Amino acid sequence: MPERKEKINTQQLRSAVVRFAGDSGDGMQLAGTQFTDTSAVVGNDVATLPDYPAEIRAPAGTVAGVSGFQINFAAADIHTPGDEVDALVAMNPAAFKAHIDDVRARGIVIVNEDEFTKVNLRKAGYSDGYTPLDDERYTQRYKITPVPMTRLNSEALADSGLGNKEIGRCRNMYALGLIYWLFDRPLETTIGYIQDYFGSRKKLPQVAEANIGALKAGYFFGETAELFPVRFHIDRAPVEPGRYRKLTGNEAIAMGAITAATLSGKRLVYCSYPITPASDILHYLAGLRHHGVRTFQAEDEIAAVCAAIGAAFAGQLGVTGTSGPGLALKSEAINLAVMTELPLVVVNVQRGGPSTGLPTKTEQSDLLQAMFGRNGDSPVVLLAPRSPGDCFDSMIEACRIAMQHMVPVVLLSDGYLANGAEPWRIPDAEAIEPIEVVHPSNGDRFLPYQRDENFVRPWAVPGTPGFEHRIGGIEKQHLTGNVSYDDDNHQRMTELRLKKVEKVADAIPDLEPVGAPSGELLVVGWGGTYGAILTAVERAHEAGKSVGFIHLRHLNPMPRNLNQILRRYRKVLVPELNTGQLRLLLRARFLIDARGLNKIQGKPFLVEELQQAIDLMLSGGWGDHEWLAPYHHQVAVPSESQKS
Amino acid sequence: MPAPQASRASKAPQSQKSPSSSSAAPAAPPTVKPTDFASDQDVRWCPGCGDYAILNQMRKVLAAMGARREKTVFVSGIGCSSRFPYYMNTYGFHSIHGRAPAVATGVKLANPELDVWIVTGDGDGLSIGGNHLLHFLRRNVGAKVLLFNNRIYGLTKGQYSPTSEEGKKTKSSPMGSLELPLTPLSFALSAEASFAARAVDVDRNLGDVLQQAAEHRGSAFVEIYQDCNVFNHKAFDYATDKNARLENVLYLEHGKPLIFGAESEKGIRLNGARKPEVVSLKDGYKEDDLLFHDQTDESLAFLLSRLSHEQGFPEPMGVFYRMADDCYEQLLEKEIEQAITTRGRGDLQSLFSEANTYEIR
Repeated sequence: MPERKEKINTQQLRSAVVRFAGDSGDGMQLAGTQFTDTSAVVGNDVATLPDYPAEIRAPAGTVAGVSGFQINFAAADIHTPGDEVDALVAMNPAAFKAHIDDVRARGIVIVNEDEFTKVNLRKAGYSDGYTPLDDERYTQRYKITPVPMTRLNSEALADSGLGNKEIGRCRNMYALGLIYWLFDRPLETTIGYIQDYFGSRKKLPQVAEANIGALKAGYFFGETAELFPVRFHIDRAPVEPGRYRKLTGNEAIAMGAITAATLSGKRLVYCSYPITPASDILHYLAGLRHHGVRTFQAEDEIAAVCAAIGAAFAGQLGVTGTSGPGLALKSEAINLAVMTELPLVVVNVQRGGPSTGLPTKTEQSDLLQAMFGRNGDSPVVLLAPRSPGDCFDSMIEACRIAMQHMVPVVLLSDGYLANGAEPWRIPDAEAIEPIEVVHPSNGDRFLPYQRDENFVRPWAVPGTPGFEHRIGGIEKQHLTGNVSYDDDNHQRMTELRLKKVEKVADAIPDLEPVGAPSGELLVVGWGGTYGAILTAVERAHEAGKSVGFIHLRHLNPMPRNLNQILRRYRKVLVPELNTGQLRLLLRARFLIDARGLNKIQGKPFLVEELQQAIDLMLSGGWGDHEWLAPYHHQVAVPSESQKS
Repeated sequence: MPAPQASRASKAPQSQKSPSSSSAAPAAPPTVKPTDFASDQDVRWCPGCGDYAILNQMRKVLAAMGARREKTVFVSGIGCSSRFPYYMNTYGFHSIHGRAPAVATGVKLANPELDVWIVTGDGDGLSIGGNHLLHFLRRNVGAKVLLFNNRIYGLTKGQYSPTSEEGKKTKSSPMGSLELPLTPLSFALSAEASFAARAVDVDRNLGDVLQQAAEHRGSAFVEIYQDCNVFNHKAFDYATDKNARLENVLYLEHGKPLIFGAESEKGIRLNGARKPEVVSLKDGYKEDDLLFHDQTDESLAFLLSRLSHEQGFPEPMGVFYRMADDCYEQLLEKEIEQAITTRGRGDLQSLFSEANTYEIR
């Protein structure tokens, strides 16, 4: 980039939140991903929130078809994609309408004014003759900057040799270039990406040139147009030195599965049926055949889990991945793995339910389904990762527990973790602890249900002479594994299956609360809400409030010292993206009056919402309500807010 | 005569051993007896059930082939037939209703070296598990399916099944079933099965069919007419009765004309309207006027699968169709080898770094 005369002041910021919004076909996810990559490469901490419609191409120009991508990037450690947007790029009126309320007061709003036509305004649902760009409610609240992006982009690419349609497709790069200038980011990472993707892989050098041209044109426009009195700079974050990459939760789960297979000397057999938001795990693994990964796209969810169980029976690492409705279909087969005591890992990337629900939106509402949603007394191990990077470690742990304890393990990820990204320090592969797995290969009389000190039965593998045995879904006789309908045996085996799962807790580390080690309020979280709760609790703690925080990765069995910690505080708050599923478990198990903050809007918590709930609890303003919910960022009693 | 092998048009023809060859035993196998394949469990089917005959034939065939117990896996679903694995002293998995083909697929993906047999029934395989069976056959997973067809739900005590005849009166259809029955072999052929055969539980040719299935590369589908002597006794009387049998059953031989009858005096030909009809060689028809069996002819196989006793035809027994093709699990292994050849064997450190990485100092 040639240096130009610097007329404009640069202001240092600790962090900023940028959101790209446009039509599903406008390339907003790509612009957002590129901004994230660039920010990670310059050393910022980043957290992202992609938000896209369930329809592949909803009607163009409508609010239903708006696709968004939010990035929080900072010179400090951050844990959430941010509550409020500092700078919004709206490529059309529908994007403006869908996202403007999330922008903070005095926030920057860059709109592609060429798209604010009569037709597009009508498609967005604005009444005839009205444009929000002239509405004082908006112009006074936000710094709205209209830019004729369509025209400027076309002019910049007039000599590119491309047709109008192809030129139009470069608009996202024009917008990205402008935002790069505004936040003082280098262009190299994105230029490299464009050259690699369009130039080398797609063999479209002309398209690559045009995209780079649009990116630079947007950047230079920012520099020369003097639209903004000030540009911003966010320093690199003081992160641990090392080699980093950006990682999404789904990528992390796929890598965790391969790592666990390698560490245990197993073949990974990943069986799945396409389902949002879990499909990317299948896509990613299918591209890694050279790691010896066997992927199987089954005919349905049931076949997928059954094939994973078959692989486990045959002595390899069987994993199936799905989302809520798929987990429901797999219930019966998971019970087969419970009864036959085979290692099975079920990845459930939760989404909004019930039924088809909100396929592309996040929720934590499958906890009770995973815990109880099967016939009979059917204990399984439940784990939940807390961040995209933690998906890697949690997946390895899930596979380790499954194979070492001969038990199904359900890993409860969610849409937010699956698609969200964060910088990930690349670990030293040599330093990851191996997973020891034992298969019997000698001995006198083989008893398939003879248990060790952890109540674990042996994993005898077909192909091993002398260990031929039969297993199945009918109740097993203790030791021999033969079919048994005996009454005392059924009681004993049911208890043994339960004890085996409880025994997993031996290896779960004790919890250590963040913030106050005891006192007024304990906040208990699980899964993908970690970053938001941590941020809220840290702020409360810094403000001198008596608040502690524990976050559960192990939901079944739970850590041994959980009961003791719960009793160190006068009150307990359980924020969840459901109507109180963990709260129900904690109340039932520990007989405590836990209260809930429960958001069921397909979106993660805002830090502000959690802060309000914490303050309400501390001030005694919560009243007798078992749970409250945030409505329009305001924590309130659900029934009252429904009236408004 | 040896049967030539058909092949899917898109794939190179495969050579395969003659189906009549029985020398499939691996090198220097230990001598095995049928009783070596009997587990220590009491067989609990109803006395007189056709399943006993199938179990005995299976043990005999495995012994004759010198099969290895530790390499053999029986996978089943739910139903009377699905108790089968408990009675075989091999590895066995009695899974859940209808899902045996999916479980077996996982077994083969994890270890393609294992010899996997699926035991299912008309309810298990064609009703609750119809979808799995369809896709299992279409993929050509290298496992063998034995579908015990007794045209009734036995374990749940006598409801009509997907192969029960229309109008059948059962506990759940007191006024007669309203459903048309499915023809298992027509289903299998439509599902792109690469081997399709039929036998009767008490018939001597069952062993031969089982062995040919064992030797087939790819999924083999075998329908076995099985008598449920409690809930649907004598459903296949016409095919088992000492006297009537020869008039009602036609044994298929590759390259031979379709001839049947007590004195081998009847045959099947296509008439002027290209419809099959039964003709008598005593009425002046010669062998050359008849249809000749060709195991590589998909259309003929389908036509044969449609011949039914109800419509006055003899029902064919033996191998309807076979085609050598690459198994699903072998193709997957090839892909893995190919990926390793072109990209190098993946290691964890390079996996972690297969992205845009950057250094923070």
